[in-house]
Amino acid sequence: MAVEKMSIAKALNESLRKALEQDPKVLIMGEDVGKLGGVFRITDGLQKDFGEERVIDTPLAESGIVGTAIGLALRGYRPVVEIQFDGFVFPAYDQIVTQLAKMHARALGKVKMPVVIRIPYAGGIGAVEHHSESPEALFAHVPGLKVVSPSNASDAYWMLQQAILSDDPVIFFEPKRRYWDKGEVDFDAIPGELHKARVTREGSDVTLAAYGPMVKVCLEAAAAAAEEGKSVEVVDLRSMSPVDFDGLQASVEKTRRLVVVHEAPTFLGMGSEIAARITERCFYHLEAPVLRVGGFHAPYPPARLEDEYLPGLDRVLDAVDRSLAY
Amino acid sequence: MTVESTAARKPRRSSGTKRAAGAASAAKPAAAATAQTQDAVPQLVQLLTPEGERVENADNAEFAPFVADITTEDLRGLYRDMVMTRRFDGEATALQRQGELGLWASLLGQEAAQIGSGRALNDEDYVFPTYREHGVAWCRGVDPTNLLGMFRGVNHGGWDPNTNNFHLYTIVIGSQTLHATGYAMGVAKDGADSAVIAYFGDGASSQGDVMEAFNFAAVYNSPVVFFCQNNQWAISEPTERQMRVPLYQRAQGFGFPGVRVDGNDVLACLAVTRWALDRARRGEGPTLVEAFTYRMGAHTTSDDPTKYRRDEETAAWEAKDPILRLKAHLLATGGADEAYFAELEAESEAMGKRVREAVRAMPDPDTMAIFENVYADGHALVDEERAQFAAYLASFEEGH
Ligand SMILES: Cc1ncc(C[n+]2csc(CCOP(=O)(O)OP(=O)(O)O)c2C)c(N)n1
Repeated sequence: MAVEKMSIAKALNESLRKALEQDPKVLIMGEDVGKLGGVFRITDGLQKDFGEERVIDTPLAESGIVGTAIGLALRGYRPVVEIQFDGFVFPAYDQIVTQLAKMHARALGKVKMPVVIRIPYAGGIGAVEHHSESPEALFAHVPGLKVVSPSNASDAYWMLQQAILSDDPVIFFEPKRRYWDKGEVDFDAIPGELHKARVTREGSDVTLAAYGPMVKVCLEAAAAAAEEGKSVEVVDLRSMSPVDFDGLQASVEKTRRLVVVHEAPTFLGMGSEIAARITERCFYHLEAPVLRVGGFHAPYPPARLEDEYLPGLDRVLDAVDRSLAY
Repeated sequence: MTVESTAARKPRRSSGTKRAAGAASAAKPAAAATAQTQDAVPQLVQLLTPEGERVENADNAEFAPFVADITTEDLRGLYRDMVMTRRFDGEATALQRQGELGLWASLLGQEAAQIGSGRALNDEDYVFPTYREHGVAWCRGVDPTNLLGMFRGVNHGGWDPNTNNFHLYTIVIGSQTLHATGYAMGVAKDGADSAVIAYFGDGASSQGDVMEAFNFAAVYNSPVVFFCQNNQWAISEPTERQMRVPLYQRAQGFGFPGVRVDGNDVLACLAVTRWALDRARRGEGPTLVEAFTYRMGAHTTSDDPTKYRRDEETAAWEAKDPILRLKAHLLATGGADEAYFAELEAESEAMGKRVREAVRAMPDPDTMAIFENVYADGHALVDEERAQFAAYLASFEEGH
């Protein structure tokens, strides 16, 4: 049967498998991606089936991983790179920002950079520092990069396919605390566009916009709000660069209220940009200022405080109430 | 400060005078840094065989004089350090299994490398560890329970690095080697009579930061010892996936000596590290010490080594256990008897109990700690968010 229920982790694994099968130029690279199958087992079994030439355990060097992926892409390969955790992408940040993002433009469009950088990101798993961060804005800010994050198994499967097929560099943020959440994947589906937002729950009073790990929180908040008679629409943005402002605008013109939710600090975060653009586009429709719920201007806290730090149901509902109070 | 770890901790300001007559000149790479084939384990500075016998040979001649002063009592002290450290490590692993810690990175098997190098240090020396240096912390007099806060998830460090000249654990691989080098550059500028030591793993040696640290240290002739514990694995990746040339030989390319020492031989680790620190203090610049050892356990409690390594390999290394080796030596030489070992066993049990109780009693941090110490001088945005969040939390108490 073409539809199967599976975890996000399994969907990603299936997606990588399909990409390796379909195109001999696709390579997987990263630390521990081989025998171990990655620390989250996303590449489980792939080296066994495709060999060490296609699924490559690399030295422990992120700058090296991304830098050589750039070279492989110049040579016609399509590297899919795994960075072990969000906090470890920074040794590679230089290569990503100064080289990967700009190569296509600098070469007058003559070279393509089909490199995917998969990053398990964000918090909620009780880890030590550098294992729970949400650096998406740092990448979305950089012209030349595309940035996406799936929130469910179907998107995990299809968005990764699309990212690998893209000729642009894609930073693919995987919500690590949702890896084990299950959902249906239709392997024969015609997937929606990679950078299109999706209304995940219809509503008429307020729009909640989120991506990755926060979509589930927003859906729960919408369900809780419904019990109080409030009709909350949830938009899964799916893509942080580009953002589907047309899709979001349509929702906001309907509900006239918007709350953006993410784990990253709100200051200069995705929510800031979305608030500014939606205010420009929807000024005469808005009944309330666009509100943001997110992290604080403080380092991601130790595990015992992350439940307080992370936006949860209460903080989202509080923002919904504040929006409705205008 | 802890009560347990005072025994072998005495300043070694005079270590320069202990320099052997035949010690290498500054520019000459150590005797061990000769060409090797890749497959063979290159020659290793060893003073105690796995059977616990003292050995003298050409490889160790340069280093043996650096432990000529070690008495039987000192040997017992080193033994005690290793036993206590292993007991602490075992307790932490158990606490993780019981849900008291979120994660633990065990040092099992690496006790000799850490105690040998840790006991080579003077009080004034400064240590830059990674996340597994529990034995070095022990030597520095850091209360072992302090190490557990970050693994329990109540803080991101848990001690003042300047109390024991033991820097915070560093999780981002290799970063601390540059910090150590910069610190050493400062030490040199100050004309101070101390040295700096940076710990890192074989995997970390692939990071650009580590290469840059080597180069800065060489260029500025900084008093830093790079102490790599080559425990053969970087999570699932064997050393063949990190390097094609034996690690210690890499130093040569940067212009300073590299030595490979038997990392399961506490005496050899002590001797080689003293030798390297001595060079640093005498203004002869950096040294790379590769302690050839083995990670007996999993990478961390989250890791499953059965996915990538063979039991036979682990079994082969068990025969080289650093603690059994010194025990055999102490027994054979009459340096300690069964009563001593029994007493030590009881002492380590008591320490295990104290650690267990301390961890269980460790309170969760106050919620508002999120906003503490973000800046030294304060910051308006943090103040605003702190006030907003406090008001938000208070709204629950008021039954809002
Ligand atoms: C920059 C960076 N990349 C990846 C990681 C994830 N990681 C943690 S420990 C480790 C292996 C380290 O191996 P090694 O340097 O040999 O030290 P060991 O843990 O074996 O002592 C990896 C890949 C990290 N902490 N930092």
